[in-house]
Amino acid sequence: MWVRATRLGLWSWLGWRRGFTSKADPQGSGRVTAEVIEHLERLALVDFRSQEAVARLEKAIAFADRLRAVDTDGVEPMESVLEDRCLYLRSDSVVEGNCAEELLQNAHQVVEEYFVAPPGMCSPKWLNRLSLSELRI
Amino acid sequence: MAAPMLCWWCFGRRWVLACIDGGSRHGRGAAIGFTSSRKRGQTSVAQQPLITSQKSRKGEHEWAAVVGLEIHAQISSNSKLFSGSRVHFAAPPNSLVSFFDASLPGTLPVLNRRCVEAAVMTGLALNCHINKKSLFDRKHYFYADLPAGYQITQQRLPIAVNGSLAYSVCVGKKPSRVITKTVRIKQIQLEQDSGKSLHDELRSQTLIDLNRAGVGLLEVVLEPDMSCGEEAATAVRELQLILQALGTSRANMAEGQLRVDANVSVHHPGEPLGVRTEVKNLNSAKFLAKAIDSEIERQIHELENGREILNETRSFDYKLGCTMPMRDKEGKQDYRFMPEPNLPPLLLYDTESLPSGTDPQQVINIDWIRERLPELPSETRERLIQQYGMLPEQSFALLNEVGLLEFFQNVIKETRAEPKKVTSWVLNIFLGFLKQQNLAVNESPVTPSSLAELLNLLDRKAISSTAAKQVFEELWRSEGKTPSQIVSEKQLELMQDQEALEQACHTVMEGHPQVVMDVKRGNPRAINKLIGLVRKATLSRADPTAIKEILERKLSP
Repeated sequence: MWVRATRLGLWSWLGWRRGFTSKADPQGSGRVTAEVIEHLERLALVDFRSQEAVARLEKAIAFADRLRAVDTDGVEPMESVLEDRCLYLRSDSVVEGNCAEELLQNAHQVVEEYFVAPPGMCSPKWLNRLSLSELRI
Repeated sequence: MAAPMLCWWCFGRRWVLACIDGGSRHGRGAAIGFTSSRKRGQTSVAQQPLITSQKSRKGEHEWAAVVGLEIHAQISSNSKLFSGSRVHFAAPPNSLVSFFDASLPGTLPVLNRRCVEAAVMTGLALNCHINKKSLFDRKHYFYADLPAGYQITQQRLPIAVNGSLAYSVCVGKKPSRVITKTVRIKQIQLEQDSGKSLHDELRSQTLIDLNRAGVGLLEVVLEPDMSCGEEAATAVRELQLILQALGTSRANMAEGQLRVDANVSVHHPGEPLGVRTEVKNLNSAKFLAKAIDSEIERQIHELENGREILNETRSFDYKLGCTMPMRDKEGKQDYRFMPEPNLPPLLLYDTESLPSGTDPQQVINIDWIRERLPELPSETRERLIQQYGMLPEQSFALLNEVGLLEFFQNVIKETRAEPKKVTSWVLNIFLGFLKQQNLAVNESPVTPSSLAELLNLLDRKAISSTAAKQVFEELWRSEGKTPSQIVSEKQLELMQDQEALEQACHTVMEGHPQVVMDVKRGNPRAINKLIGLVRKATLSRADPTAIKEILERKLSP
């Protein structure tokens, strides 16, 4: 379920990036450009280090592309698989929290009850990093 | 430095003019040249008023600035938007954090009913259309204070759209007119707040406190209908008052409960909009107008010197008094919006569409909320004008100062004096003293009861107006004394003895025959001299009106 959601998300986003070229070419050229890979790596902090990884990505896209064979003209797209469910409304009372010690146990590094962020992550410079190697945590 | 700016009102619209000083003068040809090299506008706005000024001097270029705002208001609730941990300003780090707020795997968001009600109330107060169905989305970006790597917001279909916010600006000197302006509200959406990051420069590390992560926020997006810093600041102030009146947010900028980002661009009137920059880190009402105006100035200066404006994010540096770039020109952030898979659509109902037999805790009725909206600031002002006959500017001033309205109403309750007198005393004298010593209303040494008592004395004509001011000063200085005590201590009571007063007038008239002759000859100002003499003789303890009446009686043939 969530696999489909993320695949759909990735596929529709990539479709937008490629300017819907695959509409004209149902099989799709299957090529994902280096520019897109770099952009994805920065956005999702994933690692497409090898050509094999890129090839696998292209195969996954081609697999999902087969959905285009379905005629969805005039069909209202779903928002989520939960869209017919009722959204539960919680009353405004305090029932959680007060577990700092427990939460901090998970942290790699802690200073006086604060989580310590990985070095270089929060400075504005990090957001502008163009070099991929420095992003690998 | 930046080119000097002129701001004045022209036919009721605000102009921002840049005077080109001699040193950096560009010929007409260059001006046309750089217009075409500017990038095309980013946002589309409804009509831009076509303004032609007949007052512009030769050789000046006319600029119009366009300001839009994104305001984040922290919802006043006990618990967070999607979890049951507490919302509180100061607490030990990471003590108000639930497993969901820390984004531990397996946790799910559960929507807080109070936050939805707050959003509906705010939407109704701002004349918005409430969407009966709204959706939640994920906005992805990486930052250490965002543990999940995404923020749950409402990008596609927010809870309220297409509203308006009316605010007033004062025009001209005495008499100043009050003009009402409106800014359109694009949308109001519910979203999560992020945690707080503290930068430890010494050890070059960043410390994260997630107490604020997950707190409910109302994002109010104002269309670029404003044209300068003052308009933006006034609109924000009005929104603050509305949120406080509704109780949906405490909207205290100093405590970070109200944060404002501005989108600023400049262009020549009649031409397409210029490139806009986003100004962040506007955390105080005082600096809001200054920051926006300085950004407008900077943009005009850049364009006049042939440079381009970059579509970037800038932050206001309080010490330098100008904006500095925040992120470098990497272009727009790609947030990869996707529907929040764990939350179904949010459905709201009205009395008509309310399904029967449902748990009332689980449904929200817009009409029910609309009927229970408290009095909004604009309604309060109108009521004050009708009820107490005050001027619009006075009602604005009363609402603008925290606690002043309550003080005023407490005085009115306990005094027999005319409301207009009370208004004048509260706004001019009381507020004047507060401002002089930089005090808030709740720090005032004078209580509403004291002032009420003082005004009663004045109303009864037990003391003169001058004496009243003296008493007030004394009240301010020494706490614990009542006005009556001060009056008797300083012997400020007005003379009530009619006979003694007549005697005093008679004595003065006898002592100054020349002045009496002047009056009888018809000199209207001469009588004031007599009044002054009588007042001096009675040590200012006589009511000037009574003196005048007696003298006039004695002097009439």
